[in-house]
Amino acid sequence: MKKLLKGGRVVDPANGIDGAFDILIADGVIARIGRDLPIEGATVVEIPAGLVVCPGLIDMHVHLREPGQEHKETVATGTASAVAGGFTAVACMPNTSPVNDSATVTSLILAKAAAAGLARVYPIGAVSKGQKGELLADIAELKASGCVAITDDGHPTATALLLRRALEYAGMFGIPVVEHCEDPTLKGDGVAHEGYHATRLGLRGIPGACEALGVERGVLLAELTGSAFHVAHMSARGSMRAVRKAKEAGVRVTCEVAPHHFTLTDEALGTPVPYDTNTKMNPPLREAADRDAMIQGIADGTVDVIATDHAPHHYDEKKVEFDRAPFGIVGLETAVPLTFDRLVHAGHIPLRRMIELLSVNPARVLNLPGGTLSEGAVADITVLAPDLLVRIEAAKLRSRSKNTPFDGWQLRGGVAATIVGGRTVFKNDQIFVEAGL
Amino acid sequence: MTTIGEHIDTKPALTSLRRKDLLGIADLSPEEIALVLDTAVAMKEVGSRPIKKVPALRGKTVVNLFFEPSTRTRTSFEIAEKRLSADTLSVAIGTSSVVKGETLADTALNLEAMSPDMIVLRHSSSGACHLLSRICRSAIVNAGDGTNEHPTQALLDALTIRERKGRLKGLKVAIIGDLLHSRVLRSNIHLLTKMGAHVWVCGPPTLIPAEMKQFGVRVTSFVDEAVADADVVMLLRIQLERMEGAYFPSQREYFQVFGMTEARLRLARPDVMIMHPGPMNRGVEIASEVADGPYSVILDQVANGVAVRMAVLYLLAGGAEHEEAA
Repeated sequence: MKKLLKGGRVVDPANGIDGAFDILIADGVIARIGRDLPIEGATVVEIPAGLVVCPGLIDMHVHLREPGQEHKETVATGTASAVAGGFTAVACMPNTSPVNDSATVTSLILAKAAAAGLARVYPIGAVSKGQKGELLADIAELKASGCVAITDDGHPTATALLLRRALEYAGMFGIPVVEHCEDPTLKGDGVAHEGYHATRLGLRGIPGACEALGVERGVLLAELTGSAFHVAHMSARGSMRAVRKAKEAGVRVTCEVAPHHFTLTDEALGTPVPYDTNTKMNPPLREAADRDAMIQGIADGTVDVIATDHAPHHYDEKKVEFDRAPFGIVGLETAVPLTFDRLVHAGHIPLRRMIELLSVNPARVLNLPGGTLSEGAVADITVLAPDLLVRIEAAKLRSRSKNTPFDGWQLRGGVAATIVGGRTVFKNDQIFVEAGL
Repeated sequence: MTTIGEHIDTKPALTSLRRKDLLGIADLSPEEIALVLDTAVAMKEVGSRPIKKVPALRGKTVVNLFFEPSTRTRTSFEIAEKRLSADTLSVAIGTSSVVKGETLADTALNLEAMSPDMIVLRHSSSGACHLLSRICRSAIVNAGDGTNEHPTQALLDALTIRERKGRLKGLKVAIIGDLLHSRVLRSNIHLLTKMGAHVWVCGPPTLIPAEMKQFGVRVTSFVDEAVADADVVMLLRIQLERMEGAYFPSQREYFQVFGMTEARLRLARPDVMIMHPGPMNRGVEIASEVADGPYSVILDQVANGVAVRMAVLYLLAGGAEHEEAA
């Protein structure tokens, strides 16, 4: 079964391609890319003018919640949310119940993903058994069963010694350690960024230094061990400074920033809805200088990846007092509109850079197939609609949870279609009425 | 939901609080604050009568929902409600559904189903009153939420100052103690700066919240500087468990560095007032000689609490307009 994507602007940063090309898909891989390709029995899909065809987007920081917290999300609902958001693949975090520290849990997740048949799912295993911060998890087994990295995300790796061992040991398998950077003693029982707004609202603060300390610890140990270290969901300007310095020194460090951290500030804690628990996440929304430092780092190349930290929570769990609500928001279906609107259309980055951040680089960091439209590569393709006017409606999200602070936002830029292994798994009916995708 | 500030009357003479709830001083205009204080003066007179009762809230139901232990504030609200002839009940935390795992929202909705007119809420979480305000039709009165606000405390403090000094504008008010964990501080800062007082806040740097200067106050850790020429010295409670968080080394050392002694008080103006929202730790933030001395108005504060709460409940219920209608 062949499919020919005709017309449209193809942007493939990995191959330096940006122009009008046709893409021939056969047997789930990209067979040919070129101008005016012959049809040769393929189903022709005309890409409407103004759309962008790019390698499939990859979200390397997602909480799918299965097994154990299926009231928040399942692999099926999470991957439905992913493809609706333009993601052809997601990497899922191990803080499930039970923790993904074994081939058993990894296999379960992969089986659920195969049954759902939507986005590709790459599990990330735990650093420590049960994420308890004591013994290393069986990392060879995790890798062999399909894990692409390890992390104790949700919390920092318990001690510097354990993080050192994890880096050394995982380095043997060529997989990175992804770290939730935070000094737990500085975080204490904080619930919001320490600053003017937390003071005004009487919320216990978490200073930016709490995260930067974790980043500094990690890059020093990455330097010591020579292993690959990835900083998850970065939010503080001190962290950005630490990563920039480490990269200049040649340390093998990469980092990601979530859309809410380049979009919102802690002002959202008090307005428009005071104490909205959908503005509570960890790391917290920080002050304008931090938000601006995230944009700067994205623009100047310090930041490798945009990842959502998609953290679904049931509305019962969020409809409580601010300090009792769990941290986190959903992000899969808002990432592309926010990135377009706040970064590309705002003039901070060109489209090519957006695709590097959302596709090329996450594939590189986790050593995944994809991130390219090279002939012979998997036919994971996202079709973007840069000028589509999108209205975020929490109630209509595909995710099982609706915990987003962006409900009602109008943004410019969206997703037209998502193709995984040559199969169209999502199309935006607003655009493709009769395009045959 | 009523948006904060949406119903502020622009007429020169206010006769009621045109708002559903009293969530904090942050939302109030200077005119509304003055209205509460003026009304409290009239309410105080009720408390001096042989029959201490007016029919202003007859037929209204007020629920006092206290999720934190409180003697002073709860008693004060209950007396205020009874003097206004409201039907009142207080939900005790020990017998409520909360211990069975019910959420605050569900507790509130269940109470709401019984159609109370007002809910007076004390809760350990900042913003708990805002949550209730979004889901309840009843008027919500904040009786202290976490470390956010304690608006009626600031109002009774202001009434006490105004009684003695005749004004708030231009006074130097020094607030000394645990600023970080104090809802009384936040409400007082909002109120006093809105009314034109010069506010100084003072405490060990470990107990000063971030970005305090942005609130229009002077910040210092030198207590003599805060007390110098002060018209009012307000002390905040130092919770004894704070030593465990390494905020300061010992009660003894705190008293040496920050404790309000007679010697220190001589730096203030001769007619200085000493205030404390209670409960006091004698020999920690305040010397007994000062607490019991001639400058102390601590018991006046308690007395004024009833009048201020009567005023708030009366004005939220519609004030004179409501009475005319009834």
